Amino acid sequence: MSLVLNEDQEMLKDTVRGFCRDQASVKVLRHLRDTRDPLGYSKNLWSEMCALGWAGMAIPEDCGGFGFGYGGLGIVLEETGRTLFPSPLVATVLLGATAINLGGSEAQRQHFLPAVASGELLLALALEETAFHNPARIVCRAEKSSAGFKINGNKTFVLDGHIADKLILVARTSGETDSKDGISLFIVDNNSAGLHIDRTWMADSRNTANIRCVDVEVTAADVLGEIDKGYEILEKTLDIGRIGLAAEMLGSIKEVFERTMEYLKQRQQFGVVLGSFQALQHRAALMYSEIELCRSAVRKAFSELDGTQENIPDLASIAKSKLSEVFELVSNEAVQLHGGIGMTDEFDIGFYLKRARVVQQCLGDAAFHRDRYATLNGF
Amino acid sequence: MEDSRHEEFRQDDFRKSTRAWLEENCPPAMRTPMPEDEIVWGGRNPVFKNPDSKVWLERMAAQGWTCPTWPGEYGGGGLNKAQSVILAEEMQRIRARNPLNSFGISMLGPVLLETGTHEQKMEHIPAIVRGEIRWCQGYSEPGAGSDLASLATKAVLDGDDYIINGAKIWTSYADKADWIFCLVRTDFEVPKHSGISFILFDMRSKGVTTKPIKLISGNSVFCETFFDDVRVPASNLIGKLNDGWAIAKRLLQHERTMISGFGLGGGRAARGSQNTGLEAVAMAYRGDQGRLSDPVLRDQIAQHRIDSEAFAFTSQRSAQEAKQSRGPNATSSMLKNYGCELNKRRYELLLRAMGTQALGWESVNPEDFGPQELAAARDWLRSKGNSIEGGTYEIQLNVIAKRVLGLPDMTSMLAKQEN
Repeated sequence: MSLVLNEDQEMLKDTVRGFCRDQASVKVLRHLRDTRDPLGYSKNLWSEMCALGWAGMAIPEDCGGFGFGYGGLGIVLEETGRTLFPSPLVATVLLGATAINLGGSEAQRQHFLPAVASGELLLALALEETAFHNPARIVCRAEKSSAGFKINGNKTFVLDGHIADKLILVARTSGETDSKDGISLFIVDNNSAGLHIDRTWMADSRNTANIRCVDVEVTAADVLGEIDKGYEILEKTLDIGRIGLAAEMLGSIKEVFERTMEYLKQRQQFGVVLGSFQALQHRAALMYSEIELCRSAVRKAFSELDGTQENIPDLASIAKSKLSEVFELVSNEAVQLHGGIGMTDEFDIGFYLKRARVVQQCLGDAAFHRDRYATLNGF
Repeated sequence: MEDSRHEEFRQDDFRKSTRAWLEENCPPAMRTPMPEDEIVWGGRNPVFKNPDSKVWLERMAAQGWTCPTWPGEYGGGGLNKAQSVILAEEMQRIRARNPLNSFGISMLGPVLLETGTHEQKMEHIPAIVRGEIRWCQGYSEPGAGSDLASLATKAVLDGDDYIINGAKIWTSYADKADWIFCLVRTDFEVPKHSGISFILFDMRSKGVTTKPIKLISGNSVFCETFFDDVRVPASNLIGKLNDGWAIAKRLLQHERTMISGFGLGGGRAARGSQNTGLEAVAMAYRGDQGRLSDPVLRDQIAQHRIDSEAFAFTSQRSAQEAKQSRGPNATSSMLKNYGCELNKRRYELLLRAMGTQALGWESVNPEDFGPQELAAARDWLRSKGNSIEGGTYEIQLNVIAKRVLGLPDMTSMLAKQEN
């Protein structure tokens, strides 16, 4: 299995990098934040990305996609991660479309996936209920009703929750709170009666929402997969999501590290450039070494995802824990090594620090994944 | 297209014939895990604790497969890269032991093939392939450790010979070696990097003495080595006179690549093979209903294993990238450092997992400490040397900062040392 990008992938990378440099730099995120943009993403740029085929990258060809595999999506995520570019790529494509592709009926796949690829449909995964990722701890209940199911409960930290047309909502249909059995997935329209969606403002200026369900009615046709057996689809979706987020983090880490190295080579004190001090050189060299491991963890996960599909849970936890840890290290060091200017809002470095902490919590932080890895490996 | 398919057929043939040859020639005893004391080092007075290892070495050497990619004209296997990968895979498949451990193979040979004359290669390479000569490395000196280029052992021309005087230290297995590859100063008038030469000589030469150094682990793998008017033919000099530093650096890269392999132990033992992984040992001592009872230790072992896996992926990726260039590159410093640190972390965690059972020094009654328990303390102590030998941790960080990240030098002194 190759851990090096092939020619097609290199070309895609150049294209996305050019797009981000010219149109989707950190300025876009800054502008959305400063204007308190109600959508929190740029509709025009999203249309352009969809026209370039990036939303349909991992969607099979028979569902309106391009069948380029997750490796292609990973490259787009990595490059947009470099500029912290906020788009529906994570919530709609990486999580939403993956869940429907893996768990949906043929009718659901044909109905939703082409609309995702063309950019007409936005999705969100309504999963978390507490401040900590814990996919089996589902209290939100869906109870049988005359029309189908009636949902009651709260969701938090729902990525793109306030802009999504449809929510994929994780609810309990049977079993105890922490049981993996008895979890079901529902596709819920954002206009449903009893659905209250409140946007939340996070430190990284990316889109999230809190959601309250009060007697929200859904029909049997809105169920994704089988009743009580949603956890398997959810877990597979989450692992792909974790690997995708690791790719996005890899881009952010590389960018903030490169910016820091540039600064060390320019900034002069005591008549020499900062980068000539050995104390700083060693910190840079240690970060470089950790980043090399990050690149390998991400490449390996994608090569197996598009290849043998073996050990995906292990590889997802390796990537998500390693990248979360190293993004924390590198974003902290970036602020420290930039000195005072790194503390100013005018400089971009702070955006990376804030993003590091939020994306760390997305789908499980480093400690969550070390615990999961240990459990998966029997110790 | 036709060509690549043709190539594929040829590789399939090679795999079939290699598999058949190994099945026929690899003795069953050589398909079991190798205990430390059965490692074969070769040399003029070779030790074969297991008689089958002699048979195995002779058969592999006759094929040139102790050095699969070295040219056939010097006794090597003459295999191309793809074939050598197939050979390695097929050996791995039957868990065949490495027939020969040798500094001649891992360090001197590659450099000799790159820089030696035809006569020098004819003299030394076939003997390395067959494991007939055991080599040691004369680099560090009492006054030249990390600052290796300030070495003072001198070689003065006298007719057709050099007369060598000086002392080396940390010479691995000098007391067991037959020949030495040695850095000597041949010009005292020029900047320190410009007056060094690379020379080979027989350890039986008059005036060579060795003295083992007892280490904190109780073992003595390293020696002090003294040269007192040692007479060496001038034809034993490798490369150009006073050009030894370039050769020395090249050789250090090969050495780092070798040492970085230590770190793979943790990762590789992890999947598939039983009982060798750190977590398996920890479970044996501190497991409770399928889970490690100490949550902090559990978290740190998980972190170690995750890092080990990511490190193994990095070694694979580096090998794939190296195919596009030639030989080891600056990444070898990163791999060396990370591998060594992983190995050190592994032993620290092992001690914590085993408690006082890992801290026994000797066993008076058999029930005191088992052999693996006694090995734990010694191996832990040995691992401390990983980040000192082959260029210290700190020197590797300097190399990464400068060669990979392009950060500038603070002092010209450091610049000379590394460039």
